[in-house]
Amino acid sequence: MSPADVVSGILIVSGALLGLVGGIGVLRLPDVFARMHAATKPPTLGLVLVATGAILRVDAISDATLLALVIMLQFLTAPVGAHLIARSAHASGGQVDPATDPDELAEAD
Amino acid sequence: MIVATNVAFVLICVGVLSTLVRLVIGPSLADRIVATDLFLTFLVMGSAVLSARDGRGTYLEVMLVVAVVGFLGTAIVARFIERRGA
Repeated sequence: MSPADVVSGILIVSGALLGLVGGIGVLRLPDVFARMHAATKPPTLGLVLVATGAILRVDAISDATLLALVIMLQFLTAPVGAHLIARSAHASGGQVDPATDPDELAEAD
Repeated sequence: MIVATNVAFVLICVGVLSTLVRLVIGPSLADRIVATDLFLTFLVMGSAVLSARDGRGTYLEVMLVVAVVGFLGTAIVARFIERRGA
């Protein structure tokens, strides 16, 4: 077992742990926006960690390139997708938890 | 290495189960699309772990396609919610 394998194992397990945090948050948080907070940030970092761990493990350089491409794609698309869902969920109305005190999007309308 | 990938698979499976519960009970369409997005992220993560376990990139094309299609689906359903309101 080489040092690269150890580092890759640590990266993969911690990335999967961050994904699990996102899953628990999606199940337990009160409204769409809090759930989206849990569903986008930790799993994105988790995917980056898991893919970096896989880059350390694969043999071919083309596979490593593909994994790096997936990391870049995730960084580009995750915030855009979350922004689109948040905007449309707020526009369709009635989904903000009452505990959300300064609802600045509603005040802006 | 086998231990690490197996632990990661178990963690990913628990996360997938919780997203599936939210997908079934989620009150609005926005909850469901958030859960679906996270589910596809878990799918991408799982194929990365699979390629790390084997040391070969058999499933990496699947991973790339799922990442792209997941974003397209999220964007399209978000437009749909905005137009219809749900």
